[in-house]
Amino acid sequence: MGGYVNVEWRASLGLIGTVMLYVSIPLTFPLLVAIYFGESVVPFVVTIVVTLGVGGGLRFVADVRDDMGPREAFLAVSIVWFLVAGIGAIPFLVGGQGTLAHPVNALFESMSGLTTTGATVLDDFSIDRSIMMWRQMLQWLGGLGILILVTAILSDLGVGGAQLMETETQTEDVNRLTPRISATARLILGLYLGLTLAVIGVLYGLHLIGLAPNMTLYNAIAHAFTSISTAGFSPEPESIAAFTPIVQWVLIPVMLVGSTSFVLIYYTIHGDPMRLLTNDEFHFYLGVFASFSAAAAILIYVFPELTLSQSATVRHAMFNVASILTTTGYASMDFTDWPHAAQNILFLAMFIGGMVGSTTCSIKSLRWLVVLKAFKRNLFTAIHPDAIRPIRVSGRPVDEETVRDIYAYVLLSIVIFFALTMFIVIDGARAGIHPSEFESMGAAASTFLNIGPAFGMAGPMDNYLGFPASTRIVMIVLMWLGRIEIIPVLVLFTYAFWRS
Amino acid sequence: MKAIIVGAGEVGTLIGRSLSQRNDVIVVDVDDHRIEEIKYELDVLTRVGDGTSGEVLEEVGVGDADLLIASTDDDKTNLVACGAAKTIGDPFTIARVRHATFKRTWDRTQRAFDVDFMVCSDLQTAETIVNVIGLPAAIDVDPFAGGLVHMAEFNVSAESPITGEVVADVDHFDSLTFAAVFRDEEMILPRGDTRIKGGDHVVVIGSPQSVQGFAQDIEPDKTPGSADDIVIVGGGEIGYHTARILEDRGFSPRLLETDERRARQLAEDLPGTLVMQHEPTDAEFLEREHVHEADILISTLDADEKNMLVSLLAKRIGTDRVISIVDHGSYVQLFEEIGIDVAINPRIVTAEEITRFTHTDVAVNVAVLENDQAEVLELEVSEGARLVGRTIRDIDRSIDADVVFGAITRDGTFIAPRGETVIEAHDHIIVLVEPSFVDQLMAMA
Repeated sequence: MGGYVNVEWRASLGLIGTVMLYVSIPLTFPLLVAIYFGESVVPFVVTIVVTLGVGGGLRFVADVRDDMGPREAFLAVSIVWFLVAGIGAIPFLVGGQGTLAHPVNALFESMSGLTTTGATVLDDFSIDRSIMMWRQMLQWLGGLGILILVTAILSDLGVGGAQLMETETQTEDVNRLTPRISATARLILGLYLGLTLAVIGVLYGLHLIGLAPNMTLYNAIAHAFTSISTAGFSPEPESIAAFTPIVQWVLIPVMLVGSTSFVLIYYTIHGDPMRLLTNDEFHFYLGVFASFSAAAAILIYVFPELTLSQSATVRHAMFNVASILTTTGYASMDFTDWPHAAQNILFLAMFIGGMVGSTTCSIKSLRWLVVLKAFKRNLFTAIHPDAIRPIRVSGRPVDEETVRDIYAYVLLSIVIFFALTMFIVIDGARAGIHPSEFESMGAAASTFLNIGPAFGMAGPMDNYLGFPASTRIVMIVLMWLGRIEIIPVLVLFTYAFWRS
Repeated sequence: MKAIIVGAGEVGTLIGRSLSQRNDVIVVDVDDHRIEEIKYELDVLTRVGDGTSGEVLEEVGVGDADLLIASTDDDKTNLVACGAAKTIGDPFTIARVRHATFKRTWDRTQRAFDVDFMVCSDLQTAETIVNVIGLPAAIDVDPFAGGLVHMAEFNVSAESPITGEVVADVDHFDSLTFAAVFRDEEMILPRGDTRIKGGDHVVVIGSPQSVQGFAQDIEPDKTPGSADDIVIVGGGEIGYHTARILEDRGFSPRLLETDERRARQLAEDLPGTLVMQHEPTDAEFLEREHVHEADILISTLDADEKNMLVSLLAKRIGTDRVISIVDHGSYVQLFEEIGIDVAINPRIVTAEEITRFTHTDVAVNVAVLENDQAEVLELEVSEGARLVGRTIRDIDRSIDADVVFGAITRDGTFIAPRGETVIEAHDHIIVLVEPSFVDQLMAMA
């Protein structure tokens, strides 16, 4: 290797090239949709050619014999996410329809899709249905994490695969279901596919028995792609408000399942539900959902800005809390019409997220649970300075290094959130837009924490076109940063990563 | 019965002393000086050699031995000795181990390592400590008949409410037998008019509830409940197991450990225990954590002098009851003399437990009292035995030895033995008997 750089970057490139080659497979689905609806196939043909070319080229220059260590994994994870988002933008660019024809918007939409954010820059939803399906499909691909998909396919990754999954999910130990990491990834992928098919079945079933007139097979697939992946794009401009209340009721548990640890769901399906039911993080996550829903419902009911029936109040409170908490980003109504206090509940929910090991984003329940337990412990050790009290999650002790990492992660997330907020305010003022503080904070949290809609001008029935292009470019980077949990990207910018 | 003891340390010697009274005992040890001493201490055959070697075991006649006890200080040596013995003959093998991991492995099949019975000294010591805590003023507690019957030995202090009373007045329990009183190292068989004095050791046999009730009579203020504050000093294996067993019984003890990593490990393994990392001899720290208000302090440090220091410190700042581990058996008495309430020697505990299992043919269970002045046995009466169909008064008159019928269990229920109680076949009888009469009594059952 070159004398100065201490990263086996060629190994990373080889992996990235392989991922590119595989990305051409899902591209055939919107291609088939285009053929079915008689729409232009050019955007997808072009993208497939580019993908194969880039992938082949990277494989050519790469040295596949090099080992995948932690550094190579960081590099590969960071670049793969950015590159796939770039590939994802090509159909939007080539399709050239509406606002997506602009390169910044195309990349914004693609990154927002792949990172399962769901923030859109689409103002006119009457684009080709194949392009629209690609937008939905990107979210499904990003839902579980691209590299879990890759690990599932590439059984020869071996130890490197574990490295990748850990880097991507930032979990201390990937809960291995089998001794072989690729087999574990395949089980999880199988579960993801199974759940997606089940959601398609249920949604289309509602249509067939006449309970959801506009939930066609197309819409059932499109929404299954973005609900179980807690992503949030909808081909409908009004999001889930376009559907009957029964559809909204059905999607609440779907979003919640998407935010539940897939490993624990796997055990539940295989006859061991106690692992899930006795899991502290699961209790915490459901507790947050229940209490936030109740608080939102009460606040909507108490403040008279909005007149809704009692059942509609409960439904909208539960749906939108589930949507924001799980980082999906659907909306069953325009929650920017809610009383301000109720909107604040949603804002708070943005920072929490679902369970570790699911398709959710944001800071995640486990981290908050550990932070709260650590805080409670600190209160105890203030009185008993010599007491040794390990923090336990589900009865199992968490080591102190992990606790410190979690503290640092939560703090870093909040710092980045404030920095982005400030940037949005200043950049907005520069462009003469002057977003309010709440709008800026909402948009910052919603993009960085990968939720989607925010408040005010970036509300669920609106889009992010109101922000200046420079803000949107920064948001693209932060969606990327937030989705792969900050660390893999930030370490790339340290001297130690490359040299020591 | 022919018994081979591998290892002539404290444990092996204690067992040898007990066994040699009525069995042929051969002691094997690598240390020739120790073997030389044993020759004059005990009436046993000795052999210098490695007890794990097949040749040595063959030479001492393991082929026709009934019992092999591996009691060296090294766990693996003991396990190997048992395995080697089983390749030559088929003695009942008993291994002493320190580490609970071996015991846990053995517990899975009760046959592992070719060991027929295993005593884990750390675990056994912890269990003994917890039993002593459960019954204040108790020096020794042993369960019989699957826990239906408890035998307990109590130290009656001069301040105890029962001091100066006669046995007939004190014994208001239906299912409790006063089996023996030890006064100045002499055994007295108590009668209704025996007056209890301060410093007496009283042995009672009865249902757990009545033993507990009697314990409350002896020390009304010291009966522990789950709210009681128990402090364990020293997070070694004994300290760990003591905390764990206490947790199982609903207590929330505190555990002090000096080493940071060990403290962390203990805190992780013991969710119901408050682990603290500090030097236990720091009086200021003890003050801050209100150790003087603790009901019970258990010192399980690794050196006798540390245990003594901590125990004395705790006594001085006002801890109610102090229990200490004593590594050297000869110091047990010294510890108790300077005011430590109970001193427990892991080797004696281990030797006692092993001795219990040396009477495997008839006796199910044995407890050895006061340097083997008496033993408490559990016997299952076989059909057609000489005891069947006779009353206890009748049996008592026909025997020329110190025998006390402490309790009887019949079909899983407790029967308080009275003079007119008739022994039936399949009864379990728990009797206190002088050691020289054990074999005769066993022949009668």
